[in-house]
Amino acid sequence: MSASVPRSPDVASEARLLGIRREAERQGRLEVAGVRPPGAPFPQASPEAGYYGLPLLKRPAWTWQVPLYFFIGGATGAAGVIGAMADWVGRDRELARHARLVATGGALLSSGLLIGDLGRPDRFLSMLRVFKRQSPMSVGAWVLAAFGSSSGAAVFARWLQERLDWRPVRVIGNIAQFSSAVLGLPLSNYTGVLIGATAIPVWNENVSTLPLHFGMSGLNSGVGILELLGHNDSRALNLLGILAAAVETWEGFHIETSSQPAMEPLKRGVSGRLTRIGGVLSGPLPLALRLASVVTGSRRARRRATYSSLVGSLITRFAWMLAGHASAKDYRLPLEISQQRPQQPAVILDQQAEADSEERLAV
Amino acid sequence: MNANVSLPSNGRVTAFLTDSTLCIGCKACEVACKEWNQLPSDGYNFSGFSYDNTGSLGASTWRHVKFVENPTEAGLGGNAGDAAPGWGFSSDVCKHCENAGCLEACPTGALVRTEFGGVYLQPDVCNGCAYCVVACPFGVVARREDDGRAFKCTFCYDRQKAGLQPACAKACPTESIRFGEINELRRDAQKRLEELDGRGIRDAQVYDPLDTSVGGIHALFIVRGDPRAYNLPPRPEVPTIYTKAGWRSSAVAAGLLLAGSLLAFLGGRS
Repeated sequence: MSASVPRSPDVASEARLLGIRREAERQGRLEVAGVRPPGAPFPQASPEAGYYGLPLLKRPAWTWQVPLYFFIGGATGAAGVIGAMADWVGRDRELARHARLVATGGALLSSGLLIGDLGRPDRFLSMLRVFKRQSPMSVGAWVLAAFGSSSGAAVFARWLQERLDWRPVRVIGNIAQFSSAVLGLPLSNYTGVLIGATAIPVWNENVSTLPLHFGMSGLNSGVGILELLGHNDSRALNLLGILAAAVETWEGFHIETSSQPAMEPLKRGVSGRLTRIGGVLSGPLPLALRLASVVTGSRRARRRATYSSLVGSLITRFAWMLAGHASAKDYRLPLEISQQRPQQPAVILDQQAEADSEERLAV
Repeated sequence: MNANVSLPSNGRVTAFLTDSTLCIGCKACEVACKEWNQLPSDGYNFSGFSYDNTGSLGASTWRHVKFVENPTEAGLGGNAGDAAPGWGFSSDVCKHCENAGCLEACPTGALVRTEFGGVYLQPDVCNGCAYCVVACPFGVVARREDDGRAFKCTFCYDRQKAGLQPACAKACPTESIRFGEINELRRDAQKRLEELDGRGIRDAQVYDPLDTSVGGIHALFIVRGDPRAYNLPPRPEVPTIYTKAGWRSSAVAAGLLLAGSLLAFLGGRS
């Protein structure tokens, strides 16, 4: 007679498990020897903790290309508008030429980044298969395609005009530049609508200011790129830089003073720190430097404002993407749970997926 | 074939009614779904969350059985004393919203509404832009890393086309997953609540967010207690409702950029 009694859950061990669980719930940690598995203490499903504190929403699957595109696309759109204005209003031919080149190059780079982010890059043309007014992604794809074409046409027509000053070439160049400016307006800020019109709480909470925020961030970096190309003496660019930095300062103030629970990722953690750094670098710092350069005529202050707003604008886009990740992981908002902080740590079920997700955003 | 399952003919609006009071947590629906749709495995992960090692719906998981442990109640299967938990199981699935965030967000037209009222993702059109992932208020759609495209429950469109019920409903041994005409199921859900009430189970409710911008779903649930314990949001909203405020702000930004650059270059001329 062997003593192979089949092991079955007995009342004693179940009771011990329950005791451990209750202790974990009460204290938020476990003192029991030998019980420290990864992820402990184990949460329970309840209306207060949701389904084991697991995220309800899916995190953005976008890679680092997308926030980088937000930066480049924003600057590109602004450059389209600045180019036309510099040409027709400012009579600054050299600035207009550079702005057209930035617009065309930026549109090409933007398309490359967006295609690179697609899960099936070879199917990028599917984007232009339909036009859907209700999808900001569809509107944006069409705007980018049309903007890139007209900016490219403007560059080509002006190049041709220098060699062959023929009336139709001038007219086509003007039409192309006009449409590049008109399309540059939405291109510089639609990405705010794109992420605002999603289920991610921190994004949709800010939908009514995000496009303005992103548009001015784009203007900030568009001005910065043109200044780097040698237009340090353009008063108009400095004025535009002041406008952008002023609105960015207001946006920073708006974020900091809002007490909505959905705003938490913009104030806490890595995304919160980056939001603050990006905010200071693209708002108050360049604003002060640019104003100083106007008063004192300091070129060094202006150059620093250029660098500050470029870096600030880039950081801001990555900060918003990371904030979206943090927000999607937080089960409390979609479940309308008003707890201050999650009591139980959410256990990572698929550690590989988690690692992949972090990696995707790391450049 | 089950005699009491009325199969919808083409054009009838269909739905699931997933009754957690009948679910025994066998995960046959998960398996049948994977089998029929030939989905890849999710790997061996231990979560520690009761007997749920799947965690959530995803690109390769289109049915997911949730395990919720409740305090025991005498007379309702709670005869084991304090030691064993009272079980609550519920098989989660894509909600096939009336106003579907994924469908409205999709820039390629890969996501479409079928004649049965479900939301179907055409894998031959999807280019993996992943916008549907953040547009779903239920966190259902996901992009598969190895494939690049987004995937979600098809509502067994292929089977429905052929006059069959979805694989999960077919495999369910307790008829916890019911499939049929949506209005009939809505009526049946109310009847079931009355029946449960008569048996002393008073905390059961139907999860069917009709009064939100989602406008109703094609996957109804009967759960006991607060649906939030099952990660079901009390007020899911289709993200399209935010676009109006977004474009308004976009217009303000465009106006500011236009006026600002006009004035800046006018002033910069002097």
